[in-house]
Amino acid sequence: MTPRPPDTEPKLRLRDVRKRFGAQMVLDGIDLDVMPGESLVVIGGSGSGKSVLLKCILGLLRPDAGSIVIDGAETVGLDGRARDRVNAHLGMLFQGAALFDSLPVWQNVAFGLIQGRHTRNRAEARERAMACLAQVGLRPEVADLVPSELSGGMQKRVGLARAIATRPDIVFFDEPTTGLDPIMADVINDLIVATTKDLGATALSITHDMASATKIADRIAMLYRGRLIWVGPAKQVFESGNAHVDQFVHGRADGPITDETDKTPARSGR
Amino acid sequence: MTTLLALIGRVFLTFVRTVGRFSLFTGLAVSHMVRPPLYPRLIVRQMIEIGYYSLPVVGLTTLFSGMVLALQSHLGFARFSAEGAVATVVVISLTRELGPVLAGLMVAGRIGAAMAAEIGTMRVTEQIDALSTLSTNPFKYLVAPRLIAGLTMLPLLVLVGDIIGVFGGYLIGTTKLGFNPGTYIARTVEFLQIMDVVSGLVKAAAFGFVIALMGCYHGYHSKGGAQGVGAATTNAVVSASILILILNYVITELFFAQ
Ligand SMILES: Nc1ncnc2c1ncn2[C@@H]1O[C@H](COP(=O)(O)OP(=O)(O)OP(=O)(O)O)[C@@H](O)[C@H]1O
Ligand SMILES: [Mg+2]
Repeated sequence: MTPRPPDTEPKLRLRDVRKRFGAQMVLDGIDLDVMPGESLVVIGGSGSGKSVLLKCILGLLRPDAGSIVIDGAETVGLDGRARDRVNAHLGMLFQGAALFDSLPVWQNVAFGLIQGRHTRNRAEARERAMACLAQVGLRPEVADLVPSELSGGMQKRVGLARAIATRPDIVFFDEPTTGLDPIMADVINDLIVATTKDLGATALSITHDMASATKIADRIAMLYRGRLIWVGPAKQVFESGNAHVDQFVHGRADGPITDETDKTPARSGR
Repeated sequence: MTTLLALIGRVFLTFVRTVGRFSLFTGLAVSHMVRPPLYPRLIVRQMIEIGYYSLPVVGLTTLFSGMVLALQSHLGFARFSAEGAVATVVVISLTRELGPVLAGLMVAGRIGAAMAAEIGTMRVTEQIDALSTLSTNPFKYLVAPRLIAGLTMLPLLVLVGDIIGVFGGYLIGTTKLGFNPGTYIARTVEFLQIMDVVSGLVKAAAFGFVIALMGCYHGYHSKGGAQGVGAATTNAVVSASILILILNYVITELFFAQ
């Protein structure tokens, strides 16, 4: 077997990833490749397991089965230092921002820099944090506020700044635009596109906001009943020919998708 | 009948799972306490939180305990004309028992609850997950500093509390019970043994560790929003208080056995 050129090697490779909570099958065999520099968006209904998928990749949840390969190395089952080393190359924007409310904004942004010893001292870390804040369009005065003094949109921006501060190779965005007004949502979308391009990073985002999905995605995947039922170029998502995808992207109440909160375990594979 | 058996089985399994989870948590926590890198800044902040800010509560508790001890023991010993023992009784009961136990219970209410609420909130708002994604071990960053601070600060608190308590006894003894100040102090130190104080401080260290451990454990495993955090807080205080009383007996027994 001849070794393939490095740029065709996926940055992130998932094979048959499964996760269940009790009797509820959430991920039922996920296969996914994300290429370097690509921006992939996973869409899917509320409770379809999108956040669980991200948490499995980040090692916050342990999949029951399957393999998750980042940069050619298996990461399922990694612990402690080894996991930290992998995570040092990842950035994550949480659904609820998850800012540390005991720390001022700039220390939130600089957290990864200080902990990961990316900078020599606190002054330098602060400088880098201020640059990141400017990048997401926040004024310098915000730096010394605590997260509870910010609006939801501002918290999302700080979360975004924190996710990109360490200049990660892969960034994950969990519903970056939910709960924001349409203009702010579009601003965040632009920021995501700009920052990932700027970093040259690979991006894996989650959303159920189609405007956001088509804006930030190179490719789109739809998660339904624990499986990726459709994966394709972002441009084709409106003419996928898949009834489930059609119903979802057009937001219609009638169609094959009946009740997302349906607790019947998705076709149990095992 | 089978349902009863199933119930017993389920309860037993839950018990085993909890014990397992707790042992794992404790093991991990201790291993991160003794392994570098540590976070001096966070340890100092916790020490101030536990040691300094608990001083008023512990001071008041031991002050009044010392005062009431003097009154009560005077009343009791007067019945067989042994009033002279008041000072000794006050200092021994405070250093061996009341100092550590009362301080422990007060700090459990104050600090155990605060730790569980803080860490629990961090859990349910995904801040603990965020720590991991920023390559920071939550045990090292959140749990270890609290355990170290609990372990070291409680003995100091108790030492100060003992002194304040003895002073309370002295106040009552000299103002209400008619002791000569010099005699009272002489009586206080005369029969006091080093082991009285040491056993009390050992207890205090154990209680401080247990308080922080319970606060962190229940906070770390809390789930389900505000209600879950509330439950974690209650559980942290209740379990820490019960463990303090049990440990108090166990440690006393150990010191007596020598
Ligand atoms: N820690 C957990 N324990 C038990 N069940 C869980 C846990 N985390 C998620 N679930 C379940 O997994 C399912 C998927 O949850 P997930 O958070 O991934 O949904 P989602 O696709 O991100 O939805 P949303 O778009 O609303 O954020 C839900 O039914 C949820 O109840
Ligand atoms: Mg989600």
